[in-house]
Amino acid sequence: MKNLRKIINGRAAVIGIPYLWLLALFFFPFLIVLKISFAEPIIAIPPYTSLLEWGDSFWPTIKASLDSYLFLLDDSLYINAYLSSLKIATISTLIALVIGYAIAYSIAKAPTRWRGILLMLVILPFWTSFLIRVYAWIGILKTEGLLNLLLISLGVIDKPLTIMNTDLAVYIGIVYSYLPFMILPLYANLEKMDFSLLEAAADLGCRPFKAFWTVTIPLSLPGILAGCFLVFIPAVGEFVIPDLLGGTQTLMIGKVLWMEFFSNRDWPVASAVAIILLAILVVPIMYYQKSQEKAIS
Amino acid sequence: MTRLTLFNKTSLILGFAFLYIPIIILIIFSFNESKLVTVWGGFSTKWYGELMSNQGIKDAAWVTLKVAFTSSTIATFLGTIAGLVMAKFGRFRGRTLFSGMIYAPMVMPEVIIGLSLLLMFVALSIDRGVMTVTLAHITFSMCYVAVVVQSRMSSYDDSINEAALDLGCTPFKTFILITLPIIMPAVISGWLLSFTLSLDDLVIASFTSGPGSTTLPMKIYSMVRLGVTPEINAVSTILVGLVALGVVAGSFIGKKQKIN
Repeated sequence: MKNLRKIINGRAAVIGIPYLWLLALFFFPFLIVLKISFAEPIIAIPPYTSLLEWGDSFWPTIKASLDSYLFLLDDSLYINAYLSSLKIATISTLIALVIGYAIAYSIAKAPTRWRGILLMLVILPFWTSFLIRVYAWIGILKTEGLLNLLLISLGVIDKPLTIMNTDLAVYIGIVYSYLPFMILPLYANLEKMDFSLLEAAADLGCRPFKAFWTVTIPLSLPGILAGCFLVFIPAVGEFVIPDLLGGTQTLMIGKVLWMEFFSNRDWPVASAVAIILLAILVVPIMYYQKSQEKAIS
Repeated sequence: MTRLTLFNKTSLILGFAFLYIPIIILIIFSFNESKLVTVWGGFSTKWYGELMSNQGIKDAAWVTLKVAFTSSTIATFLGTIAGLVMAKFGRFRGRTLFSGMIYAPMVMPEVIIGLSLLLMFVALSIDRGVMTVTLAHITFSMCYVAVVVQSRMSSYDDSINEAALDLGCTPFKTFILITLPIIMPAVISGWLLSFTLSLDDLVIASFTSGPGSTTLPMKIYSMVRLGVTPEINAVSTILVGLVALGVVAGSFIGKKQKIN
């Protein structure tokens, strides 16, 4: 009895509090999504059928339906939305990597007394509202917006460019919003790098570009991977950016899920969309988790 | 020490210009007399005045502050424990699932988290409102706190705790009197991070809120959908200002702690 109480009071209780919270509010909800994805939509509250039906017999009959999944496969809209989300997220991640690397590398090479302030300048937008930062681009990109006004007054173009409501605006929005997520892990990695290695390479006759390619890039690979995952995974399911900056022809799965839920009120299909999205992202998420745990310990 | 090359200077200037010009433009046009956000009509603070008389925005701001304060406080409590468990408890049954549940919410698309929480609240017939938004915010914020605390704890010197325990201090007392004061900067920055995450969240709040619990981002989003107005710029400027103040204060706390 005393032992039992000791176990309950100590270690297990400390682990148990956050563990139970996450099980109840993070893990358990997924099981419900999974369950509803196998249900059928009906006009009722809640708008889906139950999976278990208690008839006359003792055991309930299971009424699972694959209709929602078949519906997703049948309509090319959904497959196209998944593919287009993956494409948009991949291209945006690569653009963010190139820009982010240049910035992170330059901060890491800056004099120590500057680094703190430069890093704070990266963190500040990271903490600023996502919605506000996306909104800021609307005034710049729209047809009568500031970018077009500037380019016309400089004489670069005669007619305003159509950027707003296109995929290009979505790329700009994603790269802009997620750039700090790319810079921070890259910087954390590059900061620890020994730049004398590059001097050694130069002394041995290696050109700067080749030294960068064969020394710096391989050494910063963990930072590159962490940054890419931090941008890619959430970008695939992004809703706010395609909704506010993208046009009607911009297909992204996060927006489809939102529409399916809020406009069409088809909960089983929305759940199936979420389950497939999760299935696509589970491998990158697990890889990210592993690499983060290794980085911290 | 290496010198900054032309390439380094250019990328820093262009990079920070890219990050800051949109925000600066947004702030400038919040002081625009004209209703058009792209045409300058002279300096004016009338949109801030307009904001003060907008009851919808004031209500939403109050809901947001309540949710952010409650959720970040509870998330800091839970997240600190979770960070401690991750850093110092070694192996235990179910650890992989635990660390998965800590890291996944940070990258998982918000639409999935929002949808799953909403479906659970409906399945358990919990009425949606301020409480459900708060529960949702605690859940994703605590993961960020856990990671911040975990990375602080992994460089923590265990021998101080052992000394306290050897002298007869209980584990709980050791944590409160020794560990907590040492990791306090991490706990505070975890709280600040949770607070701003809750302040910013649109997607998860849209799924989990009910009538009467419209948060400020939800209000701003519905205004943005109707068009760009200087009033949105004004409310955005206030939010950006608050966050900037918080970040500067947070880094000041961190610096002071380092000097001590």
